[in-house]
Amino acid sequence: MQYDLVVVGGGPAGLAAALSAHENGVNSILIIERDRELGGILNQCIHNGFGLHYFKEELTGPEYALRFIDMLQNTGIDIKLGTMVLDIAEDRTIQAMNSVDGYMMIKTKAIVLAMGCRERTRGAIAIPGDRPSGIFTAGAAQRYLNMEGYMVGKRVLILGSGDIGLIMARRMTLEGAKVLAVVELMPYSNGLNRNIVQCLQDYDIPLYLSHTITDIQGHKRVEKAIVSKVDANRKPIPGTEIEFDCDTILLSVGLIPENELSRGVGIQIDPRTNGPVVFENMETSLEGVFACGNVVHVHDLVDFVTQESMRAGKAAAQYILGDTPNQKNLITVKNGSHVNYTVPQYIRPDHVEKLVEVFFRVDNVYSNMRIVVASGGQELCSFKREHMAPGEMEKIVVPKKFLDEAKQAEITIAVVNQEEAK
Amino acid sequence: MKELICIVCPKGCHLRVDEENGYKVTGNSCPKGADYGYKELTHPTRVITSTVKIHGGIHHRLPVKTSCDIPKDKIFDVVRLLDNVEVESPVHKGDIVIENILNTGANIIATRNM
Repeated sequence: MQYDLVVVGGGPAGLAAALSAHENGVNSILIIERDRELGGILNQCIHNGFGLHYFKEELTGPEYALRFIDMLQNTGIDIKLGTMVLDIAEDRTIQAMNSVDGYMMIKTKAIVLAMGCRERTRGAIAIPGDRPSGIFTAGAAQRYLNMEGYMVGKRVLILGSGDIGLIMARRMTLEGAKVLAVVELMPYSNGLNRNIVQCLQDYDIPLYLSHTITDIQGHKRVEKAIVSKVDANRKPIPGTEIEFDCDTILLSVGLIPENELSRGVGIQIDPRTNGPVVFENMETSLEGVFACGNVVHVHDLVDFVTQESMRAGKAAAQYILGDTPNQKNLITVKNGSHVNYTVPQYIRPDHVEKLVEVFFRVDNVYSNMRIVVASGGQELCSFKREHMAPGEMEKIVVPKKFLDEAKQAEITIAVVNQEEAK
Repeated sequence: MKELICIVCPKGCHLRVDEENGYKVTGNSCPKGADYGYKELTHPTRVITSTVKIHGGIHHRLPVKTSCDIPKDKIFDVVRLLDNVEVESPVHKGDIVIENILNTGANIIATRNM
């Protein structure tokens, strides 16, 4: 089997990358998806709020997915569902299998990695206590409830106030469960403010900030959870225990990019993001292999996944069509004060037409800050922000002329107080 | 003066609504925020999404939503009504599952094909 481009993953990232590559002149494209249908996680995200940036209207998850699935019509893009990629080799040979074709060897000129991410589990955060049934990751519970038709519990405690936890608090309430509380280790929620309002406040669900679960009790099924306040070092404070009589615990405690395939072929992984290190055009450390969406870094909004994936698809098309300029210079992007990571990690100025977008997250909640792009101690440009939070991915657009001004082969992105001297 | 967080988009603007002066809204970044501030304090509404049982589809539940926003105090009545609704595959996105639910003027519509 031979294609010009193989896209691994048929969620929002893979769909946008495939469509973008097609729009940019690639005709021989295969999307490989392990689920029974395209759309990825959007199919279980039945709530609305998607598409406000990209489509300028409010869509539900399935509606957002369907827009892209419909656009695939008449493109001639091949799709293999129920298909698992087993391995990617350095020469980009893909081994995959499904129950119809059996084992397949697929040769391709370029690959887009769009495998998405996976939920952190109880084991990853080591909650003490019994190990009864009734403990789910929030996304697994969402799939049971919204697609399979199983109600996962009646009296629910949710750990983690990221958007999935907040959305599931509302969803369980609407389905008749009693959500006792959402418990958050940090002193702030990582979820969107609008979700605190429309998922918790609308239904009088309490949010316990700076609290965590310190014990789970129950023989066959969860019977009780103990929640304690934590100090500034996130250590539980004895004597602050609150007891919740619950039969179900949902965990919304973070997402991890799913990079077994990337690691397998030796693609360089950034320990800060758990995703591949990428250049300005979403190319990974392995030539001709691109990555986009939550496999690179976990996004807040699908609209941003779409935009990033469109860039990856276009870059893959340019690579396939031999339209890639010579790469002489390489700028390393480093994170300075209060910045946890950057994507991209490397910029090749010769690849940049007019501007380059840099994405990052800050390490705490800040107000009235300035984002400073500097090279060799010299400020190249800066951007003001009234409000910054770890739950909100930041984006800056750096014009090419500033990259050309960089004195050294590295630039630093830092967040400083607005008053701080230049 | 009432303080609200706007829920129209992910930005989440901090609104201040002056109830005594014609519900004048400040702190909004777009006209939708002004509309939301007024509406939220006079007759709050929400678009509701849920699922209904489906036979013969690739999944057991069909996702649905209200075709427009409905009064907040009708939310639980609407979702309880959906508990007993069953539909047959095939269904297409936008198909009406229940017309004018509880006289809200909103239809319950499918949000995907199945």
